[in-house]
Amino acid sequence: MRVKVRIPMLLQKLTQDRAEVVGNGSTIGELIDDLEKKFPGIKERICDETGKVRSFISIYVNEENVRFLQKGETPLKDGDEISIIPAIVGG
Amino acid sequence: MGRNINLSEDQIERYSRQIALPNVGEKGQEKLLNAEVLIIGAGGLGSACALYLASAGVGKIGIVDSDRVELCNLQRQVLHSTKDVGRAKVESARDRLSGINQDVEVIQYNIRLASGNILEIIKDYDIIVDGSDNFPTKYLVNDACVLAGKPLSHGSVFRFDGQTITILPHQSACYRCLFSEPPPPGFVPSCQEAGILGAVPAVIGTIQSNEVLRYILGIGELLTGKLLVFNALDSFFQKVRVPKDPECPVCGENPTITKPVDYEEFCQVSRFAERSKHKSVG
Repeated sequence: MRVKVRIPMLLQKLTQDRAEVVGNGSTIGELIDDLEKKFPGIKERICDETGKVRSFISIYVNEENVRFLQKGETPLKDGDEISIIPAIVGG
Repeated sequence: MGRNINLSEDQIERYSRQIALPNVGEKGQEKLLNAEVLIIGAGGLGSACALYLASAGVGKIGIVDSDRVELCNLQRQVLHSTKDVGRAKVESARDRLSGINQDVEVIQYNIRLASGNILEIIKDYDIIVDGSDNFPTKYLVNDACVLAGKPLSHGSVFRFDGQTITILPHQSACYRCLFSEPPPPGFVPSCQEAGILGAVPAVIGTIQSNEVLRYILGIGELLTGKLLVFNALDSFFQKVRVPKDPECPVCGENPTITKPVDYEEFCQVSRFAERSKHKSVG
């Protein structure tokens, strides 16, 4: 499945400053692996060593948090909009 | 609750543009004048929020900040001016807000929030605004507000990104429902390290003031159960759902955080909570 992925400023150094990229995968887990192939180093920022999404990152599929769907197994459809949203701290 | 307020002629004139709104009126203005709001951080977020709350006539505004004004703050912390460099931020904030509106009582807290003082400080306020700039404070404020049942407007920024969510404890998701634990030190740079465009905290802080005003007035739909995400580079706005997490360590079904914790202790409590699973800590 081909999806649009919104990249936060925190990770844009890894995507050549692009705020939006295209990814492929039939699940969130496959999408993250695809992003890692295209933008090496991004998976380690998003996931811990077990492959679980880090507690200070939330991934959304069309405005629903995958943690409340099927996590890494959350299925994707063509045209889905994915957002990677990290905790940020400036005030 | 709240004093009966007979608006003076000056007040009717001052607030005429919002009194004219059908869901505000004089009754709404009285609610604002009776309201008490605590703003944590007199920086970029707190500045924008405080200015609009004071202008609207929120009767009591508490400001918490232990810093002094620095030259590099002035690019975005619009409560403060060049002449204030070197002054305590809470004093500078008091002068600016009083200058805008003498109906507003400004309470200064020139202190650092910690587990030992936060519950006492927040207890008399109707709603809390988080404009802090570090994770220990953000998590401390979230936890204390949940434990005390205090509504909270959370805001944060990074470079051109901004986020805000409104938290009604035990009714809607808290910050830990979204991000259960903070990142390790160094993972997310501060504004000092990463940079920030002044308009970004201005947008988020102003949205926070909008949330607070509507909470007090009881109108509109709050950003509860929703995170508003903003990017200033393409003026992107997005609202994503934030469900209440039954496994949340502070507002979930089996909370492991039952009192405010300082960050230095946080990691130890967190590891202890992992071992003790469902036992409450502290």
